[in-house]
Amino acid sequence: MDLYEYQGKQYFARYGIPTSAGGVADTVDEAVIQAEAAGYPVVVKAQVKVGGRGKAGGIKLANDADEVRTHASAILGMDIHGHAVNRLWVEHASDIAREYYASFTLDRAAKLHLCMVSAKGGVEIEEVAATDPDAIARLHVNPVDGLSLDAATRLVEEADLDPEARAPAAELLVALYRCYVEGDCDLAEINPLILTTDGRVHALDAKVTLDDNAAFRHPEWEEFAGTETADERELLAKEKGLNYIGLSGSVGIIANGAGLAMSTLDVVTQAGGSAANFLDIGGGANADVMAAALEVINTDDAVRSIFVNIFGGITRCDEVANGIVEALGRVDLRSPIVLRLDGTNAEAGHAILASHISDRLVVDETMLGAARRAVALAGGDK
Amino acid sequence: MSIFVDENTKVVVQGLTGGQGRFHGLRNRDYGTQVVAGVTPGKGGTDVDGVPVYDSVEDAVAATGADASFVVVPPKGAPAAILEAARAGIGFIVCITEGIPAQDEAFFYNILRRDHPGVRLLGPNCPGVISPGKCNIGITSGDIALPGGPVGIVSRSGTLTYQALHELSQQKVGQTTCVGIGGDPVPGTSFIDCLAAFEQDSDTRAVMMIGEIGGSAEEEAAQFIKDNMSKPVVSYVAGVTAPPGRKMGHAGAIISGSQGTAQAKMAALADAGAIVALNPTEAGERMVEIVKTLD
Repeated sequence: MDLYEYQGKQYFARYGIPTSAGGVADTVDEAVIQAEAAGYPVVVKAQVKVGGRGKAGGIKLANDADEVRTHASAILGMDIHGHAVNRLWVEHASDIAREYYASFTLDRAAKLHLCMVSAKGGVEIEEVAATDPDAIARLHVNPVDGLSLDAATRLVEEADLDPEARAPAAELLVALYRCYVEGDCDLAEINPLILTTDGRVHALDAKVTLDDNAAFRHPEWEEFAGTETADERELLAKEKGLNYIGLSGSVGIIANGAGLAMSTLDVVTQAGGSAANFLDIGGGANADVMAAALEVINTDDAVRSIFVNIFGGITRCDEVANGIVEALGRVDLRSPIVLRLDGTNAEAGHAILASHISDRLVVDETMLGAARRAVALAGGDK
Repeated sequence: MSIFVDENTKVVVQGLTGGQGRFHGLRNRDYGTQVVAGVTPGKGGTDVDGVPVYDSVEDAVAATGADASFVVVPPKGAPAAILEAARAGIGFIVCITEGIPAQDEAFFYNILRRDHPGVRLLGPNCPGVISPGKCNIGITSGDIALPGGPVGIVSRSGTLTYQALHELSQQKVGQTTCVGIGGDPVPGTSFIDCLAAFEQDSDTRAVMMIGEIGGSAEEEAAQFIKDNMSKPVVSYVAGVTAPPGRKMGHAGAIISGSQGTAQAKMAALADAGAIVALNPTEAGERMVEIVKTLD
């Protein structure tokens, strides 16, 4: 789960990472209240989970209440690269001397944590990596050992941060590492990390991605859950515990396992069709899950056929078959189903379905064959 | 021959008394795997359909000589279960658990690397390993595999692993071993570990490798194939049509920027001399052609 900037900063604050004084505002009046509390001048920042906010006019400096009103009313409701702005973060404007970069993420190849620090912050780090790779200092951190203040100090020296920034930056890195590990982040990134004219180092932005798998030990994440924006189909799917991504085609897809689901998208495309969604019902899916998946797909008006591609491992085909039968009785499916069922308990699954086969429920023995039929039923071309 | 497991492998199932553990543990036994013990703390002295249950892996190893473990334990308990198996002297650990936090995976992977360098972990979040006719540890349906070789399979995704087995078995092409390495951020066993083992295995004469979008494991495997593999490799990378920037279920399967796309991975594999198929069926067909030329 990606956090908004304001959530990221609040998350940072739990781990003692310094940020600017500020607050959240959903209306122009609230923005003024937050600005008064933070102290002028303030920065009014659009809260969207997409880059390029500044260039799009979503970040503005305000010196008094009138300017806050002007900017807040302009930014609220703004569309930034397809993301509507419904919320602002208003914080005290910092006197910036220098802009740096700092982040922690997992280096999958090395199977170690990777800390990156650069004296060239404030721009896309991918751009720095491409044009001036030596400007990024990298340190692998073994999770068994953790990050010591000494190692952090050497890293900020190597990154060539200004001498007066090094001690506070190293301390901040240790705190950020703790946030990344104990806070179960996939990514904890500060860009820019700033040195102020009075010699303080703090986070001017926050990019935090939480590891959804760790939600069981973070009850405090509940507050982030309701703020997720997604299309209606995705919200419904999430409610039902399904892994769904809305796309724009006409063949609804249900598969078990992310790999098979991706592969199903691939073969539908190769068969000349286009997928309406990605939907992985996961391992061990039972009848309820299958029925819920069909219900979600059924809400998508663009769907003309539904390709159910199941290869049972931990998922049992008889359970899947029961789910389909249940869904047929419970939901008025608008589109025909093309089913491919193999693997664990496949014979039992086919036996359960035998009496339900019709032009609304077609079974095909192979994945490619089923894809072709689903595409044909959807009307062929995209 | 086979890699990682064979008919002599003795398996302890950690979590045998749970619903999934019982179903898959007994299914593995019915396949012919030597499932010699189960472990559930507090249930030592009981049995599951004749398989004795012990309180700890240490007890199970002492009593039965188990040398491999099948971890079927929920995400909260799986890290401790894996480390317990390693400490008890188990040399090969298969963990199918889905949903373990990445921080935990990074931690126990590095504990194993430092304190138990001889231990191989397969997974987490993987379907397991099957050496057809000899040993099946995990959740793969044994009847879709065909004994006798000559193909080794390695795959990142669970269900695509089954699809690959199925495509080959349908064409009467057998497998030496099929390994599902799992799609999590820190897999205990990599493509390269499996490719190297297949290269060493005299009965394996060709390898099918199934990858997916995200990360750089396929690119690293491609480099290994280029430098070290004398045996032919047929590959397929799932997710050609996946939209960028979206997480496709596996923590591993996310495209960011130009890195990790199916196209980049396919190009790297083709450059390494591997045959690149566009879907699992085509991968099976290409492998059938290769196997014909081996005779």
